[in-house]
Amino acid sequence: MTDRDVIKVPLGPQHPALKEPGNFILSMKGELVTEMGVRLGYNHRGIEKACEQRSYLNDLYLLERICGICSHSHSTAYVQAVEEIAGIQVPPRGLYLRTLVAELERVHSHLLWLGVAGHEIGFDTLLMYSWRDREVVMDLLAALTGNRVNYGFNTIGGVRRDITDEQKLEVLKATDTLEERTKYYAELAGHETTLIKRLKDVGRLSKEDVLRLGVTGPTARASGVSRDVRKDDPYAVYADLDFEVITSDHCDVYGRTLVRVGELMQTYKMIRQLLTQLPDGAIAAKAPRKIPKGQAISRYEAPRGEDFHFVRGNGTDKPERVKVRAPTLVNMQAVSTMMKGGYLADMPITLAAIDPCFSCTDRMIELRDESDTACGEYSWPALRQLGISHHRALGIDFTELSKKLASRRDRV
Amino acid sequence: MRVVDRIVTWARLKSPWILHFNSGACNACDIEVIAALTPRYDVERFGVVLKGSPRHADVLVCSGPVTRQIKDRLVRIYEQMPQPKFVVAVGTCASSGGVFDGLYNVMGGIDSVIPVHAYIPGCPASPKAIIDGVVKLLTALESGQAVPVERPRIDYNPMGENENLIAPEQLLRSPQKEEGPSSDVL
Repeated sequence: MTDRDVIKVPLGPQHPALKEPGNFILSMKGELVTEMGVRLGYNHRGIEKACEQRSYLNDLYLLERICGICSHSHSTAYVQAVEEIAGIQVPPRGLYLRTLVAELERVHSHLLWLGVAGHEIGFDTLLMYSWRDREVVMDLLAALTGNRVNYGFNTIGGVRRDITDEQKLEVLKATDTLEERTKYYAELAGHETTLIKRLKDVGRLSKEDVLRLGVTGPTARASGVSRDVRKDDPYAVYADLDFEVITSDHCDVYGRTLVRVGELMQTYKMIRQLLTQLPDGAIAAKAPRKIPKGQAISRYEAPRGEDFHFVRGNGTDKPERVKVRAPTLVNMQAVSTMMKGGYLADMPITLAAIDPCFSCTDRMIELRDESDTACGEYSWPALRQLGISHHRALGIDFTELSKKLASRRDRV
Repeated sequence: MRVVDRIVTWARLKSPWILHFNSGACNACDIEVIAALTPRYDVERFGVVLKGSPRHADVLVCSGPVTRQIKDRLVRIYEQMPQPKFVVAVGTCASSGGVFDGLYNVMGGIDSVIPVHAYIPGCPASPKAIIDGVVKLLTALESGQAVPVERPRIDYNPMGENENLIAPEQLLRSPQKEEGPSSDVL
């Protein structure tokens, strides 16, 4: 195959099929994709660095805004790590409420995905249906937490709002409605020829590839790998709940759809259990402003897969390091494997099937001087210089102080 | 107002086609923009249609703070839209940078890069607020308060106009400065 046979098709960053900016370069031979290159980083804002300059409580609200769809995932993963360092025991009622919002978030995220998947295959009716049903759970989240998205529900040591008995009934009532609707979608996925023909054998990812690439979440479970942090390493109150990990052996986009719809049914089961088992008592424990020295990791099963946070405290009220590893980072690498040998027209749905979230993923950026032939990277002194001038612009200047210290050192 | 102008304004108001662009947002405003288009809120009944191409759009709906990497894309998409064009900044981040203001890879609000006609606050702006913002923009258009900004091409400068930071090129091209301890100590 010569270079002339291969056509490179760029997709994005602004593209009707992608709601978030990401650039994909597809090497095509005729209609078939031979290779896919990914270029992300459009959503990189520098949150991890900013966390080091703000207090633990401020970071909570900043980390919640890593991603608006799984905001509760990031904030829970972070508070779990901080609570572990500080040795805070969260009251059981706080943990139950945290899990309740987490599961409601999963409902909203999976229904959102179902709609987006429908849109990507040109089945806009499904988008309108599932987003209409999604409004039911959005209302619940708004009633329980005070906001439709970016709930601000977690705090270090527990949660910020309690649930009333009327709200409990409301949640149960809405769960019944949603379950009925989800049953309809499950039936639809089983019978509807439009869906089956469009999704089957698209974006195949074998079990071996899942294990090799370390894929997580519904994408891994749809290839027959039973991998779920809620079961493998239970956090919050998942150890007390009775649920199954849904897997499928289809290994394609159709399997991913079935897994997500099946997970929705399990989530309704869990919501009912959470509300019936909900203990009385306090919703939050008092957290100290300064967090002791120490480090902790925290794993959380976000709607898209395993969310991982690392926090290191140095005894002050600001963390020394916060590291976030979102599920899309690993799942993204599987997309090029899925795309190989596929059609260009299947690209949007294959990408959408992992439920990508670039704002979760974009945690680093590489600075390059493109005018130079050599790859430009900041050397350590240059980066330090940049930091000094950045802080000086903000009004933080230690030049005088360091001169004084240096002269004192000389005298000694 | 001349008759021709009145007809043009009427045509403009009847069916504003929008282009949604995520300029580094956290997805929250984006899903609320889509929620405004779906059955509960359904702005499509007012003729608002989400388009995929900037060349078909009248209104650019932007969400999120402008990151350094997305900046020239945003300018390019703005340039590609036909005149008259209007920009709506959805959410606090798009309006002012919000919680991300001051981060090293964030330029600030949308108006730090392209002219903005309407700001919709909220984190995220709820679909109701988005509809309200769009209606206010249309009302302002009708009364002639909001006029499309006629301005020359925006020259793209990767480090911004009033940037206090040292441009990376300067740092990279001065290896002789790397030797020896610096006199500036932070």
